[in-house]
Amino acid sequence: MKTVFTKFTSMISAVVMASGLALIGTSAASAAGYPLEKPKEQSWSFAGPFGSYDKAQLQRGLKIYTEVCAACHSMNLLSYRNLGDLGYSQAQIKNFAAEYEVTDGPNADGEMFERPAMPTDRFVGPYANENEAASANNGALPPDMSLLAKARAPERGFPTFIFDIFTMYAENGADYIYSLMTGYSDPPEGVTIGEGLHYNPYFASGNALAMASQLSDDLVEFDDGTKSTADQQARDISAFLMWAADPNLPQRKQRGFIVILFLAIFAGLLYFTKKKVWSDVAH
Amino acid sequence: MSGHSTYNPTSGFGKFMDERLPIARLVHDSFVSFPVPRNLNNWYTFGGILMVMLVSQIVTGIVIAMHYTPEASMAFDSVHLLRRDVSYGNVLQVWHAVGASMFFVAVYIHIFRGLYYGSYKAPREVLWILGVVIYLLMMATAFMGYVLPWGQMSYWGAQVITNFFSAIPLVGETVREYLLGGYAVGNATLNRFFSLHYLLPFMIAGIVILHVWTLHVTGQTNPTGVEVKSKQDVIPFTPYATVKDAFAMVVFMIIMCYFVFYMPDYLGHADNYIMADPLKTPAHIVPEWYFLPFYAVLRAVDFNIGIPFTDIVLIDSKLGGVLAMFGAIAVLFFVPWLDTSDVKSTNYRPTYKIFFWLFAINAVFLGYLGSRPAEGIWIPLMKASTFWYFVHFIVIMPLLGWFEKPLPRPASITDAVLAKSSGAGASQIDGAAAEPQTKG
Amino acid sequence: MSEAHASDATRRDFLYIATGAAGAVAVGGIAWPLVSQMGPNEREQAAGAPVEIDISAVEPGMLITVIWRGAPYFVRHLTDAEVASAKDAPEGDFRDYASADSRIAAAEGTDPKWAIVSASCTHLGCVPTKVDTGLEGWLCPCHGSKFDVTGRVMKGPAPTNLPLPPFAFASEEKLVIGQDKAGA
Repeated sequence: MKTVFTKFTSMISAVVMASGLALIGTSAASAAGYPLEKPKEQSWSFAGPFGSYDKAQLQRGLKIYTEVCAACHSMNLLSYRNLGDLGYSQAQIKNFAAEYEVTDGPNADGEMFERPAMPTDRFVGPYANENEAASANNGALPPDMSLLAKARAPERGFPTFIFDIFTMYAENGADYIYSLMTGYSDPPEGVTIGEGLHYNPYFASGNALAMASQLSDDLVEFDDGTKSTADQQARDISAFLMWAADPNLPQRKQRGFIVILFLAIFAGLLYFTKKKVWSDVAH
Repeated sequence: MSGHSTYNPTSGFGKFMDERLPIARLVHDSFVSFPVPRNLNNWYTFGGILMVMLVSQIVTGIVIAMHYTPEASMAFDSVHLLRRDVSYGNVLQVWHAVGASMFFVAVYIHIFRGLYYGSYKAPREVLWILGVVIYLLMMATAFMGYVLPWGQMSYWGAQVITNFFSAIPLVGETVREYLLGGYAVGNATLNRFFSLHYLLPFMIAGIVILHVWTLHVTGQTNPTGVEVKSKQDVIPFTPYATVKDAFAMVVFMIIMCYFVFYMPDYLGHADNYIMADPLKTPAHIVPEWYFLPFYAVLRAVDFNIGIPFTDIVLIDSKLGGVLAMFGAIAVLFFVPWLDTSDVKSTNYRPTYKIFFWLFAINAVFLGYLGSRPAEGIWIPLMKASTFWYFVHFIVIMPLLGWFEKPLPRPASITDAVLAKSSGAGASQIDGAAAEPQTKG
Repeated sequence: MSEAHASDATRRDFLYIATGAAGAVAVGGIAWPLVSQMGPNEREQAAGAPVEIDISAVEPGMLITVIWRGAPYFVRHLTDAEVASAKDAPEGDFRDYASADSRIAAAEGTDPKWAIVSASCTHLGCVPTKVDTGLEGWLCPCHGSKFDVTGRVMKGPAPTNLPLPPFAFASEEKLVIGQDKAGA
C-alpha cells in the first residue's frame, strides 16, 4: 500500500514538474487569434541536434535578400565581413561591399562624404532612418531583418509546446517566414481587408499585411542553377534569415553535443563514485 | 556554529592561519565534518545546486557586463555584438539568460521540498524567512535583468510592473517617477536597473550566508521529519553529501545545457528580439515564466472593493491586484505559524499530502493562467485558482494541523533506515557516524 | 579476503581518479570561455585589419598621420635633401643608432624616400610635432625629445627610435600599414 502510494506520488510529482517546466514555453508572440493558420512545418538543414546551414542555400538566400528584400528591409546587425560564413572569399566580400555607399566623416573640412562600403561596415540599409522607411511605405515600417527569424514565433499551443522540448523544435521563425511568403491568397467570401493591405492567413498580427507577395517563379536567377520557384525562394530566404539571426547555430550545436556527452560521462562517473562512497553506510 | 570542531591543522601554514584567521577551520566544520542526516534524499540536493547557480550567474554576469552598454540607444546592439562577435559570447549570454530560468526551476523545487518536509517548522522559522527574502531578491534581480537587453518585452514588462507603484495612494505617482528616473521607462531606468542588477546578487550572497549559518545551527530536516537524536543518525558532509550534491549538480547541468545549446530561445520570448519601441505595445505583455503565477493573481482582481450598496470605492481593482500579488508572496513569510501541525514530514500526513499535491498542481495551473489573455473563461479560472492559492495557506494549513490524524512516525532516523534496509540484514549501523551538532 | 579488498581498492582508486580527472576537465572547460571572451572580439579584429592609404597626394616634405589599431603613425615623404642628410649624419648624433637605409622605404619602382614610423614618442607616448629644419624631423612637445626625419632619436628623454609598423607598398600610390607583404 505504502509503496503504491509512494510510486503514485512520485508520478504526480514528475507530471507536475514536467508541466512546470513546460509552463516555461507558454509565452505568445502574436495577437490573440492570429495567425489564422499555424505555420507549415518544413524540414530545415539547420534543425535537430546536428543541424547546420547549407552554404549554397545561404548564398541563394543572400541573392534574394539583395535583389528583392533589400529594397525596403535593412539588415542592421550584419556586417559584410560576416558573409565569410557563406563561403565567400575576402576578395569577393570586398567587391560585394564596395557596391554599396556609406556615409562617412566629417572630413577635415567638416563635411560628411560618401565612400564605398568596406567589409567592416554594417549592411547598408535602403533608408536613412526608420521615419523615412515608414513614410516611403504608407506609414508601415518594413522591419529590420537581422533578427526577424527569432522575433516571430507564433504560439504553438498546448500540448504541442510540451512535445517541442523533446523534439527540439526551434525553427518556428523559419517556418513562419516560409509560410508567410508562400501564404498569400485572396480573402475568403465576406472578409473585408483594409485599404492597401494584402490578405495572408499566416500573418501573426492580423489577417492582412502591408507587404504584398514578393516572390514568384524565376524572379531571382540562382547562380548554382537551382530551379528558381517561388517555393524554393521562400525556403532559401527563410534559411538566410535564420542564419542572419543566428550565425553561430552550427557551432553551438556542435559544442552542445560535446558538452552534454562529457557531462553524461561525468555524471556516470559521479554516480558510481557516489555509490561507492555510500556503500559502507546504511541509508 | 556550535559543537566541537574536529579540525586539526597539520601543516605549519595551517597552524599559523588557524591562530589568526581560521577560515580553513570554518570550511572544515561547515562542509567537511558537518553532520547531516544519513537519510536525505535527492530533493535535498537543490540547496547546493542553488549555490552553484548563484555563482554561475554572478560569474557569467560579470563577464558579459564587460561587453554590455547600459544606454538605451546602444543596449540592444551591445547584446547582439556580444552574441555575434565576442569569443564564446553567444554561449555566455545564453548561459546567463537560461541560467536565470534554471535558477528559478531549482528554487521552486527547493521551496516545495521545504513545504513538503516541514523545513520551515520550529526551530527553522528564520531559515525559512531568510529563504523567502532570498526569493524576493531573486525576483527583483531577475526582473531588472530582463530589462537590460532592451527588447520589447524588456521595456513593456518594466512599464507594467513599475506602474504598480502608482497604485499606492497619495504618493504612488511620485514613487513611480523616482523609481524610473523619469516619467516613463527610459534611459535613466535602464542605467539604474543595471547598477542594481549588478548589486543585488551580492546581497543575495550575503543572505545566503545567513541562511546557511542558521541551517548549521539547527541542522537539516530529513524525510522522516524526526530530528537527529544520536550520532548514528548522521554522517559527515564530506564525502557523503558532497559527492551526492556533485552528482545532482551535473544532472541539473545536463538539463540546463540542453536548453543552452539546443533550445536557447525556448525559455524566453520572441518579442525580446525586437528593440524596445515606446510607441508600439506588444499584443500580449507577458513576464518571464517564473513570474506567471503572480501575474495571474494580479489580474484575477479585476473588481473594485468598496462599501456595499454605495458608490464608495475603498480599494480600486488596480490597487487590489497589486495588494493581492504582494500578498501572495507575503503569505509565505507566515507559513511557519500558519501550519499548526506538529508533524514535520508530509510522508506521515496522508490528508495533508492530498492538499499538498493539489496546491502544487494549482500553482502550475496558476502559472499557465498567467500566460493567458485576461478575457473570457480565463478570468474566472484565474479567480478560482488564486482563491485556492490563498485558501491553502490561510485555511488548509491551520485547520489540517488541528484536525488531522497523522501516521505514526519512526522513533529515529536510525530506526527508519534500519526498517528500510531490514531486508538487507543490517542490524546495526556502523561506519561513518558523525557527532551531531548540539546547542550550547 | 585481502586480495578482494586490494582489487576493490584499485577499482575504487581508478574510479576516484577518473572522476577527479573529469572534474578537472570540467573546470578547464568552464575557465576557457571565461578567459577567451576577454580577447579582442571579431569587430575589433576586423577593425584592426591593415589599412590602405592613398599616398599620391603626399608631396615631398609633407607628412600625413594615419591610425591603425587605434594608434597613430606618420607617413612622411622625404625630400632628397632630407634623405641625404639622414644618410650622412654620424653615429654619435643618435642615442639609438640605426642606419638610415634601414628606415627609409621605397615604393615600387622608385627611390627610397618614405619614412613610416609610429607617432607615439617612445618616452611617454605623446605625438611629436613636425619640424622642418634640416636633419631634425620631429620634436616632442611634452618633454623635448628630438627625432630625425627617419624617426631616430637624437635627444632624450626618449630612449629608443620611433618604431616602424609592419607595412608594404601595394603600388606606387597605395601604402598598406598593418601587414608586411602587399596583399589583397
